[in-house]
Amino acid sequence: MSSPTKTHPLVQGEVGPGCAKVDPIVVADAVKRQFGGLTAVDVAHLEIPRGAITALIGPNGAGKTTFFNLLTGFDKPNEGTWSFEGSSLAGVPAYKVARRGMVRTFQLTKSLGRLTVLQNMLLGATGQRGERFGSAFWSFLWRKQENENTVRADDLLARFKLDAKREDFAASLSGGQRKLLEMARALMSKPTLVMLDEPMAGVNPALTQSLLDHVLGLKADGMSVLFVEHDMHMVRHISDWVIVMAEGKVVAEGPPESIMQDQAVVDAYLGAHHDTDLGTLTNQQVRQIEQEAAQELDEVQATREEDKA
Amino acid sequence: MLDVLLGSLGELISPSSAAYALAAIGLGIHFGYSGLLNFGQAGFMAIGAYGFAVFTSLVDPTATWGWPPLLSLLAATLVGVAASVVFALILGIPTLRLRGDYLAIVTIAAAEIVRYVARTQDLTDVTGGSQGIRGNQFKGDIQAVNDGFLDLPTGTWYTVVSWALVVVAIVVVWGIMRSPWGRVVKGIREDEDAVRSLGKNVYAYKMQALVLGGVMGAVAGILLVFPRSVQADGFATILTFNVWTALLLGGAATVLGPVLGGVLFWFLLSFVRGVIGELHTLGVFGSTTATQAGQLAFVFVGLALIALVVFRPQGVMGNKKELSFNV
Ligand SMILES: Nc1ncnc2c1ncn2[C@@H]1O[C@H](COP(=O)(O)OP(=O)(O)OP(=O)(O)O)[C@@H](O)[C@H]1O
Ligand SMILES: [Mg+2]
Repeated sequence: MSSPTKTHPLVQGEVGPGCAKVDPIVVADAVKRQFGGLTAVDVAHLEIPRGAITALIGPNGAGKTTFFNLLTGFDKPNEGTWSFEGSSLAGVPAYKVARRGMVRTFQLTKSLGRLTVLQNMLLGATGQRGERFGSAFWSFLWRKQENENTVRADDLLARFKLDAKREDFAASLSGGQRKLLEMARALMSKPTLVMLDEPMAGVNPALTQSLLDHVLGLKADGMSVLFVEHDMHMVRHISDWVIVMAEGKVVAEGPPESIMQDQAVVDAYLGAHHDTDLGTLTNQQVRQIEQEAAQELDEVQATREEDKA
Repeated sequence: MLDVLLGSLGELISPSSAAYALAAIGLGIHFGYSGLLNFGQAGFMAIGAYGFAVFTSLVDPTATWGWPPLLSLLAATLVGVAASVVFALILGIPTLRLRGDYLAIVTIAAAEIVRYVARTQDLTDVTGGSQGIRGNQFKGDIQAVNDGFLDLPTGTWYTVVSWALVVVAIVVVWGIMRSPWGRVVKGIREDEDAVRSLGKNVYAYKMQALVLGGVMGAVAGILLVFPRSVQADGFATILTFNVWTALLLGGAATVLGPVLGGVLFWFLLSFVRGVIGELHTLGVFGSTTATQAGQLAFVFVGLALIALVVFRPQGVMGNKKELSFNV
């Protein structure tokens, strides 16, 4: 077992669960959320680094989504405080959290079905004059801003390969396309921290690479990214930092290279074969799989003959 | 029979028809565009009608302070509208943060409370109790405005005023629903958490939509009582369901659907009632009284509604495409 590196450029002091960051964008303290007897989230201390891509991983039910909900004001914790860019967010309603530049997507995609793709995008833009009740009726007050937003929306749609769907109802999109739309829509608000809950779920391999590029592009544009993902390929390739949750607690954190080797993480989550890349099976593995398949086939045939007899 | 048809055709543009249309436009803002389940539109209509009539009959600025009738008319309307805004706030503040069904329960109950309060014996001095407010107690101003101005026959004058207000409402809905504001409320109808995550104050938007649709309901209530008197029982739950029928008949999330629905509904109701009345005089219903036979009209309205849901669930003006999704 290799011991993790003890220092890291993102970290102040020693690397470990709950370690202090040089430049944290989110700091959470003693955040606890219980559902009846179940403690879904129990984070003692956690800092999310600024300007980096941070992955939040952990087994099903570890509390990742619940933690997202708490940070973004969609759920209220039993106790705890947290701050974003230095100012406290505890008790701040979800829409104000979003306005401060902390924008999220949902694990179960929330596309607005009976709005077109373009309308979905435009809804993401902030500070719209036409969204105020008093000025809504007078289109000359907001037409210019609307046109500017439309240009930006079209640009994003093209980047996410949704431009052909511009005028379609979002309900007519496939599951993966909805994921893309939701992410593109979140970017319309020019956020400082983008929080993605399983952005890769349901996105086909051909788009995977471009999605990874998009996320990397966010960092290049100066945004910080926090994402939940079960796809280790994504975690390994684009994240600068990995936080591991299990049973509501942060059990490990560190750079991806060392976290994948961490025995606690392997035990809790990854399993022994997490290094095997399914894309590149060795000849030996192929032979083994074929053998096993043939064996199973034999067994099936044997039982069938027994049934007949 | 022809008489009945002609009479019902005359109802197409009657003030009552306009009142149904306007109430349905307001409900369309609630349900069709914003996804708010308001089952108390009759309450908003009652508040508007009583606000108008009580103010006129008790205060009567024209007689008391010598205001010009037009000003008194506007003031009385404003009282009705302001009362409906307060009503919307009372209903909305506790419920709009909760799941949609809570608004439904609260509105249906509140509308009934309004009706019972209006007809309670203790308030007879104000609301007329179960007797209601007689027409001549609140129609002075609107007739006085007509007298020096267009000098139309009373019925025609009411029709002109009513439809002018419907046109205003249509323009408002059309203008506001194509705007970014309209986009936000439609987004809330689809998924309010998604809209929240994009930095919109969902609660405030729902409240604005509730108030706007409620105000239209209140004005519709005023229109409804012009050709008659103010009667608490005219604002029973059945009125709410009639307005819902009109809305769904026309198409919920469309600008002109509620108008068409309101007109069609009122026409059909008058027509069926007329036919039943004719048949009753011919003795078709045996010993049932005319009133009881008249109730049968609602059976036919119900059947028509079922047929509508089966054959054209999106309403006459609705977009079939919007229904073909499992959202
Ligand atoms: N609203 C709720 N009511 C009751 N229990 C809940 C609720 N939401 C989450 N939980 C519980 O809290 C725990 C954490 O759930 P959460 O959705 O945060 O997991 P997760 O880490 O996002 O899992 P996954 O990877 O499967 O998405 C689970 O045991 C879940 O059953
Ligand atoms: Mg989750």
